Amino acid sequence: MIDLVHLYRAQFKVTIAEQFQYRGALVIWLLGLMLEPVIYLSVWAAVANSQGGQVDAFTAADFAAYYLIAMMVDHAGFTWIMWEMEYWIRQGNLSALLVRPVHPIHRHIAGNLTFKLLTFFVLLPVVLALALIYRPNFTISPETTAAFIPALILAMALRFAVEWTLASLAFWITRVTAINQLWFVAFLFLSGFAAPIALLPPFAQTLAYWLPFYRMLGFPVDVLLGHLTTQQIVIGLGAQVAWLAVAYALLQFTWARGIRQYSAVGA
Amino acid sequence: MTYLRLFWIHLRLGVLNELQYRTNLGVQLLQSFVGLATSLLGLGIIFSKTDTLAGWLPAELLVVVGVYMIVSGLTQMIVRPSLTRFMEDVRLGTLDFMLTKPVDAQALASMRQVEIWKLIDVFVGVAVLVIAVVQLGATISVEEALLFLLALTCGVVIIYSFLVILATCAFWFVKLDNILNIFQSMYEAGRWPIGIYPPWLRSVLTFIVPVGFAVTVPSEGLTGRSSPALLVGALALAIILPLVARIFWRFGIRHYSGASA
Repeated sequence: MIDLVHLYRAQFKVTIAEQFQYRGALVIWLLGLMLEPVIYLSVWAAVANSQGGQVDAFTAADFAAYYLIAMMVDHAGFTWIMWEMEYWIRQGNLSALLVRPVHPIHRHIAGNLTFKLLTFFVLLPVVLALALIYRPNFTISPETTAAFIPALILAMALRFAVEWTLASLAFWITRVTAINQLWFVAFLFLSGFAAPIALLPPFAQTLAYWLPFYRMLGFPVDVLLGHLTTQQIVIGLGAQVAWLAVAYALLQFTWARGIRQYSAVGA
Repeated sequence: MTYLRLFWIHLRLGVLNELQYRTNLGVQLLQSFVGLATSLLGLGIIFSKTDTLAGWLPAELLVVVGVYMIVSGLTQMIVRPSLTRFMEDVRLGTLDFMLTKPVDAQALASMRQVEIWKLIDVFVGVAVLVIAVVQLGATISVEEALLFLLALTCGVVIIYSFLVILATCAFWFVKLDNILNIFQSMYEAGRWPIGIYPPWLRSVLTFIVPVGFAVTVPSEGLTGRSSPALLVGALALAIILPLVARIFWRFGIRHYSGASA
């Protein structure tokens, strides 16, 4: 346990040093990350305006609130493990990580959290500036905030576990790009990113309700903005925990199998 | 003429290379399908809630989708893989081998790597465009068609020059490998007519990352909403930006000193 604390602290320092070294790359990355929610926010704001100010229950200001919160939740949850793992495996760099006495996942969790912490200070002024432009309408109560915090943490953990599992498919498949792309499109539409799921056609809403995507992004946003009843929140948190258990089991399974499959290319 | 022949050779090499990995065809078919599905699902959701988006009808937005796929297919087939390889060469110092060849380095760096299966994106884009035009039911005069082709060519030239400028930065920053990926994610904004964005973002997408000129302007030409000012602007940019890219490239290459040597 003490060892892990040391590891996380060391990784924290390394990541900060790395990110400061490549400041240019960092800024460009962030721009890309922020642009996507702004695209969908703009599209829906335009739809609301062509419909005389409102789409179903959403006004342009409601969309602004939804997407600004979604931008922060997405930022908290996103990972780059699918690219990194493919690179580790293809280049054989994974070997160096495997001989260390800790699971490589710790290194990645620590790096990921540090990156988020660092970039949060860039994200926040951007969100505030966008808030001035789009004038969001939202009321946040202490109760919804209290429910939002566990929902957010579970969403982050769930997305990390699922994307790590998908990334470790690179042990068997050398071209993972196609799989990544399928995952991102499913995520885009079923997580509440392309549209709040209340606006999806009924069958897609049912699909989003039963699959894990919505629990990784749209659910925490809806919780915070008070779109859900207490009962829906409790069910949602339960679904997050259940999906996390499934994802964790899959992660353990694929990793254990993958390591055995790994033949250290290039070493 | 030499360059056309060179390009032909690289094209053939690209084809031969890709034929070794025939599963890549399947992968690309899947990717093109996913790309198209993303656009169509997005349009589907939006037009289940409204009839027009900032004055654009569904079929007109389909034109935008088609142009988007054609331009991205063309750049991703030749320009992007070549420039990615060029940036890798700068980092590793292997660019030396390219510089010693008796042809223009920029031309060679822009066509060395061809991913032929990306052509599928172009075909899909053309098919979508044809369907959209038929749905629109508008008669398109020869003049309009020519203007559209001109605008499309300008768009491709602009994107090419912009990518060359981005890649040239590798001479100074060395580890910049994801800059082209990020451009791709900004290019995503071109799935929609840039008129829907707020003014500040519209300016960014027109002048800083010229997605608007590449996708929106040709689409406007085909849907009967072209403004002469924008068309002239696109034409001017298609002349100026390659020159800027050229000067910047020359400047950058003087800065290159090899990595391992």
